[in-house]
Amino acid sequence: MLIETRVRERIEAGKGITTLVFDAPMEARPGQFVMVWVPGVDEVPMSLSHIGPHAGITVKEVGEATKALSCLRPGDVIGIRGPYGNGWRLSGGRILCVGGGVGMAPIITAVEAAGDPGRVAVAIGARNHGEIIFEERARSVSNDVRITTDDGSYGLKGTVVSLADTMMKEKRYDLVLGCGPEVMNKFLLKACKDNEVPCQLSLERLMKCGAGLCGSCVIDGLRVCADGPVFTGEQVERMAEFGKCKRDDAGLRVKL
Amino acid sequence: MTTLEVDLAGIKLRNPTILASGVMGETGESLLKVAEAGAGGLVTKSIGLEPRKGYPNPTLVELPDGYINAMGLPGPGIEAFAEEMEVALRSRVPIIGSLFAAIPEDFTTLAGKMEDYGAAAVELNLSCPHAKGYGMEVGIDPDAVRSIVSSVKGAVGIPVMAKLTPNTHRLVEVARAVEAAGGDAIVAVNTVKAMAISVEARRPILYNRTGGLSGPAIKGVGLRCVYELHEAVALPIVGVGGIERSGDVLEYMMAGASAVQVGSAVGRKGLAVFREITDGLMSYMGAHDLGDLREIVGVAHAH
Ligand SMILES: Cc1cc2nc3c(=O)[nH]c(=O)nc-3n(C[C@H](O)[C@H](O)[C@H](O)COP(=O)(O)OP(=O)(O)OC[C@H]3O[C@@H](n4cnc5c(N)ncnc54)[C@H](O)[C@@H]3O)c2cc1C
Ligand SMILES: Cc1cc2nc3c(=O)[nH]c(=O)nc-3n(C[C@H](O)[C@H](O)[C@H](O)COP(=O)(O)O)c2cc1C
Ligand code: FES
Repeated sequence: MLIETRVRERIEAGKGITTLVFDAPMEARPGQFVMVWVPGVDEVPMSLSHIGPHAGITVKEVGEATKALSCLRPGDVIGIRGPYGNGWRLSGGRILCVGGGVGMAPIITAVEAAGDPGRVAVAIGARNHGEIIFEERARSVSNDVRITTDDGSYGLKGTVVSLADTMMKEKRYDLVLGCGPEVMNKFLLKACKDNEVPCQLSLERLMKCGAGLCGSCVIDGLRVCADGPVFTGEQVERMAEFGKCKRDDAGLRVKL
Repeated sequence: MTTLEVDLAGIKLRNPTILASGVMGETGESLLKVAEAGAGGLVTKSIGLEPRKGYPNPTLVELPDGYINAMGLPGPGIEAFAEEMEVALRSRVPIIGSLFAAIPEDFTTLAGKMEDYGAAAVELNLSCPHAKGYGMEVGIDPDAVRSIVSSVKGAVGIPVMAKLTPNTHRLVEVARAVEAAGGDAIVAVNTVKAMAISVEARRPILYNRTGGLSGPAIKGVGLRCVYELHEAVALPIVGVGGIERSGDVLEYMMAGASAVQVGSAVGRKGLAVFREITDGLMSYMGAHDLGDLREIVGVAHAH
């Protein structure tokens, strides 16, 4: 159901990355997403980066809709519907959370839900220092938070997957959660297989209805909006289209 | 023996539930998933001659008892759809190719391709309420419908079904035109033209402003249309609109439907809805000592 609400707070989370907190509560599981309508512009899927009495999203500017979202001010009207999707299924034991860029948005809610700073570790990666988000939030709920940047401007220089691989070799994890660009997810899946750790990955595809009807978001027959966005490593391994292609607005296959 | 099998214009369905057009029907793999979930037949997304992006978002409004959608007929076009059909056919469940066009010649071209691709039947979308120049805009004119159906009938060997709109007072006339033109079945109904407005933003929500209402909100409309059509034509009727439980299917069949289609319930209840419905039908048949669903088609007309 569309909730018509207003922006309560706008926070700059990083360079070109904005958090919007709504004047609306939302009960959701970590990893779920909402469809966000900017009247007159577009409606796009966004993971919830804040859950509870004031729900919120964290937006990276990449095109028209995300630019319009980034420009919103407190008091502006928006519509949200959801939450949709399945979210993370947290198990017992030690969890390694891996977030690439704005992929940290759904990851941080899982880190917070883990509820024990000793059992959850976090690997945050981004292109450069400005795009590292939620480091402080992560440190307040985890004893082991490590950072990488592609250009070495902060933390380790390198990819977040190689950091995650190192962490898996240092310590035994029972579950890895990952969200980031598809190439990141692809290499993370491989690293998890090499280290024999089960994983769950949050995937992205073009969404129109967001509600499991239209089929625009399917990857190998599974709807990212309704059957995902979080899939198990085994599910992802069986997807012939994963890491290779996606569907455009007309449903035509395009190379990633 | 109790059987859920039905014969629809010569097509054998393992059960009377068919996936409605436009829901998970754009890709071969997603159609396979619906077959695995238990559907007796599958209708593809309505396919046109060229690739089409459809409308920008918002394309869907969710209501307590349904949806309003204005997708704008997105799709890859008939050429690219060949590979999706190839995959969908692996389901071994009859695939009905839904088609949209503005003129008889284009419908004929599309239907010929669908037949070549292995479709068990074609369904002509004469009823989409939100695409300029297509769907309902041609489907409320009995003469236009007659020429489309007869030209497609002349071009293909597979059954031709016409999907009608409830957004007209000429429903029965249009159905008679389908029958006169040699159509093999009628599918009723497509969505009901509707809209939603955001009072905070003070504007229509859908990009296209208006769209089509579906789900339980329109069950009463669909049921009434099927009931009227059963009295007016001898063609088999496929009932669509708001079906999410076995009781809904039974109502539609008693009104005169030989089979049904399920659309919105896939979003509202998930793919498990097909199995839930067929299980429910089996128990009803058991409890009422029914061997074959044909025994109940149209029974409500006796009163
Ligand atoms: C389940 C889900 C959760 C998401 N959560 C977030 C989130 O928390 N924060 C966030 O910033 N973004 C998130 N996204 C991605 C976001 O929806 C897109 O970035 C947005 O739709 C782009 O819209 P636009 O009009 O600004 O860009 P467009 O003009 O549509 O596209 C601009 C460029 O962005 C890229 N792009 C477009 N759509 C996507 C997409 N779905 N995924 C990746 N790249 C895309 C394309 O390469 C394109 O060239 C999520 C996507 C999904 C499917
Ligand atoms: C998202 C969506 C897309 C649809 N697309 C089509 C379409 O392409 N062609 C068509 O004939 N009907 C289309 N329909 C209409 C359905 O096939 C069906 O007639 C209608 O939704 C009523 O059934 P329901 O209440 O079970 O959903 C669409 C419906 C929905 C909800
Ligand atoms: S976006 Fe429509 S089914 Fe997923």
